[in-house]
Amino acid sequence: MKRFTDLHLRVPFEDQTKAESMIRKASELGYNLVGIPYSPQASREQISQLEQICNDAKVDFATRVNFSPRNPNELLNSLRRFRRKFEIVAVRCHTKDVARQAAKDRRVDLLQFSVTNLRQRFFDQAEAELASQAFSSLEIELAPILQLTSFSRIRLLSRLRREVETAERFRVPITLSSGATDEQFMRGPRDYAALTTLFDLPMSSALRSLSENPWVTVARNREKLSSDYVAPGIRVVGRRTDD
Amino acid sequence: MIKREKRRYLALEVASEQPVDERAVLDAVQASVSRLFGEYGASKTNLKLITYIPEKHQVVICCSHTMLEKVRAAIASIMEVNGETAAMHVVGVSGTLKALSKKT
Repeated sequence: MKRFTDLHLRVPFEDQTKAESMIRKASELGYNLVGIPYSPQASREQISQLEQICNDAKVDFATRVNFSPRNPNELLNSLRRFRRKFEIVAVRCHTKDVARQAAKDRRVDLLQFSVTNLRQRFFDQAEAELASQAFSSLEIELAPILQLTSFSRIRLLSRLRREVETAERFRVPITLSSGATDEQFMRGPRDYAALTTLFDLPMSSALRSLSENPWVTVARNREKLSSDYVAPGIRVVGRRTDD
Repeated sequence: MIKREKRRYLALEVASEQPVDERAVLDAVQASVSRLFGEYGASKTNLKLITYIPEKHQVVICCSHTMLEKVRAAIASIMEVNGETAAMHVVGVSGTLKALSKKT
């Protein structure tokens, strides 16, 4: 049985009731793990509050941070400061320089691009090649497909079709997430998978993008963040205590 | 001999603040299919309203099995029913009504 994830559930921190109802809804819809984005300056209390709500709703919880750097240096600084505090790091690429830097940096998990300004979608062959070597994933949010109408939706679907084809050709993992800010934009994983047929992502790949691909990312980062991690393939299996 | 067309039955749950009737649900699904796939695509879905289960707030519809994923995509993209903000969730899909009632 597949374990589904929604790595981008934008719950409002200021409205605890709404946050709780969104997390419960995710659990009801069949998600086993939700990724909730925080500001890098989020306090430990804020994180533990949401962690408690997720525990009550019986859904696993991954901390996530979204960076929107203006240039590659800003991205590198942010990664240096905050990488070890969060399980998922996503970078919204507003410029080509940032996109290239994010794609080749192994500390970046997810590459995000604008859904409204298609000139800022830099996921081309060069970007895909860099991303495939650095194990970063292309993140596609599905709530904008529900929000947009007529020509803006048509243009977005057309662009996504091209990007999905490029990602598959270069074996860049695709991660599908909701990006929902409200319960109204939340759908079940199989409904989201059906929605991806609009940009020709095969059903099997869509289900993988909602389950295995994000789980692999989360599991890899949890291992790296654990105190027993030494290097890829090397971990502490026991510690000697001198009495 | 012409092969009988296979069907899929879908149980839908409507999340809406206002109560909606089953006819409005089918109209919303049909409108969404037409918007996404055009009249040609809509003609291939063979959408039909089967029943409304008031105690579960579910509507059961059926469609051609070859168009199931397209119908699901159209259902997922519905944002309003009868002018009211709403979201629709597919709670079960099956080839027979009997199996569908066991699933939901």
